[in-house]
Amino acid sequence: MARRVSLFVPCFVDQLLPEVAVDTVTVLRRIGCEVSFPEDQTCCGQPAFNSGFWDEARPCAERFLRVFKDAETVVCPSGSCTTMVRIFYPELLPSGPQRTEATALGQRTFELSEFLVKVAGATDVGASFPHRVTYHASCHGLRELNLRDEPLQLLRQVRGLKLVEMLRAEECCGFGGTFATKFGSISEAMGISKAESVAVTGAEFITAIDPSCLMHVQGIMGKRGDRAQTIHLASILARQKAQP
Amino acid sequence: MSASGTRDATSRPAQRFLRDAAAKSADLMHREIIVKNMESYDAAHLRGRARFKDWEAARARCQAIKREAVDHLDQYLLQFESKVISRGGHVFWAEDAEQACAYICGVALRNGVKTVVKSKSMVTEEIELSAELEKNGIKAWETDLGEYIVQLRHEPPYHIVTPAMHLNRKQIGDLFREQLEPGLSDDPVELMAAARRKLRQAFFLAEMGISGANFIVADAGAIAISTNEGNGRLCTSVPRIHVAVTGIEKVIPRMADLATLWPVLATSGTGQPITTYSTLIGGPRRPGEADGPEEFHVVLVDNGRSRLLANAEEREVLHCIRCGACLNACPVYRHIGGHTYGTIYPGPIGSVLTPHLRGEEFAHLSSASSLCGACTSVCPVRIDLHHHLLHNRRDFVQAGDAKPGDRWKFRMFRRVMQSPRLYSLGGGMARFGLRVLYALGLAGTALDPLRAWNRRRSPVPLPKKSFRSRWRSESKQGS
Repeated sequence: MARRVSLFVPCFVDQLLPEVAVDTVTVLRRIGCEVSFPEDQTCCGQPAFNSGFWDEARPCAERFLRVFKDAETVVCPSGSCTTMVRIFYPELLPSGPQRTEATALGQRTFELSEFLVKVAGATDVGASFPHRVTYHASCHGLRELNLRDEPLQLLRQVRGLKLVEMLRAEECCGFGGTFATKFGSISEAMGISKAESVAVTGAEFITAIDPSCLMHVQGIMGKRGDRAQTIHLASILARQKAQP
Repeated sequence: MSASGTRDATSRPAQRFLRDAAAKSADLMHREIIVKNMESYDAAHLRGRARFKDWEAARARCQAIKREAVDHLDQYLLQFESKVISRGGHVFWAEDAEQACAYICGVALRNGVKTVVKSKSMVTEEIELSAELEKNGIKAWETDLGEYIVQLRHEPPYHIVTPAMHLNRKQIGDLFREQLEPGLSDDPVELMAAARRKLRQAFFLAEMGISGANFIVADAGAIAISTNEGNGRLCTSVPRIHVAVTGIEKVIPRMADLATLWPVLATSGTGQPITTYSTLIGGPRRPGEADGPEEFHVVLVDNGRSRLLANAEEREVLHCIRCGACLNACPVYRHIGGHTYGTIYPGPIGSVLTPHLRGEEFAHLSSASSLCGACTSVCPVRIDLHHHLLHNRRDFVQAGDAKPGDRWKFRMFRRVMQSPRLYSLGGGMARFGLRVLYALGLAGTALDPLRAWNRRRSPVPLPKKSFRSRWRSESKQGS
């Protein structure tokens, strides 16, 4: 039976990186999921929450609970936005029915690699990507959701993909939401350190489960004129050998 | 908001922080030294943790010990006090830095002290004791090698465990040649010997020794000190008077707790199984004992800590054992260095603690984090550091201290995100406008609304269609 999946697309992915969401749909459908996209979703509220504006973030959480109320399973191509729902909604919302509901929804909301490996049990999604790739462990996925190995398991099954490890793969790239602009010089320096680690590997691509990290690293690498490109895990998994 | 209008992100410490952070993060020599030192720490830390049968269990044990201690702080401190007094020691409860300094200077002046030797203590830095002693005509010598080096440079410690981590041997060689002996080479052994020759004189000249305490052991009525250089033992046993200065949160219930805490502290601090010297001191020299001070004082410093104690949500910040592991793990610390924080306690613990101890002038520190959580993952007493940063940010906004611009921005955000139509329309218009702007080559210029992002990065991508409009047209085609 097809598993019904509701897609949670982070606002900046929707607006700036739509192909990440398109590729997520491709992968989910390929493993037999029936994908829906509730169009009333907007932002999970993390920018406000992380900036201390919890009263402004709370309506976003309430909206999210309403929009995904009946969802069996929610899948999101971002560890950070998944963290917002699973880890922070229960803290943000008042104790009682709302918190209970948020906790329950958090348990049914999954980051993409987490969903594929832990829920669907699909480490081989039939992808082919004959390139040299290095993996950056995005912080929220790694330390809030405890996703250390899941993305790597998926990458190891991709045809033709050569995985090369970068130095300090688990060190933050320096994105950090509003940190990236409020403390631009620090964010930039951290991004440069990450770009340098990528350059040493000689990888053609740096991948991660969080599009926000990649957008930042792409910006830094672009400015430096680096050869490597960023690509979201979903986009690697969506690629297949060209059909004759 | 205060009457003067802007005390938030434009406070003077905040401006200094931004300026110094920009300078330091671009300082490649600084980066090279820190990366090298951190790499050797990382290796030692990893080796050290591997020596534990179950490192996570040790962390959980330490967390439980500190929680028990801090939750019953009053009781354990009183127990400690009565033991010390029963052995002829003195205990002084200092509400703030001023009271602590006044008491210590009073003891010194009463006893005609001219020279003080200090072993490493962050709380004496916090209360700015050396400056206060100096004002009273008393010379204070830092005797920890790293502290001695930064004292010669008239700098605060760069790091709470390794105060001179930002310097290489060449820089230290230059400093020592200029201030100690002109003929020295850059050989670390030779440099250390020169410092030793100088400090030995101070040890035997000093009438008073001042130390910190890593732990206050309640049931034993003793302070526990971990050191590596032997200077701690000299400071606490050679001079006639020993004053131990410590924050009230350093208390632990039982001597037996040291069995876990000592090795965990050493492992987290330097990767050692245990520090070279582990010392317990519970009072002045008793009749028949060969050495030890004639007078023993303990100064218990509050200085804002009981305010934190009263805050149930943030209380666990007082569990900190000052091992420095969170500083070492922090990518922000690695890039901006210890001095940029402008605080005694830098790094993640400093960014959490300082706004509580020193007020909203330091609120920016809680925002100067990418919230990566590396600190929390290494903290040996499992303080949820990066989530406390989030709490600080929330409290700051709730106290009405946020910038008016930010408040307006997030009110708009709230409005837009409550309306999928407005969100969709606004997003489309913004992308269109930005595409035009960038086509004119204006990305990253003063006219670019995303300048703060684009000036440091290649411009953000601006696709013609959002995902939702692609989804919509696809489902129309499908039907």
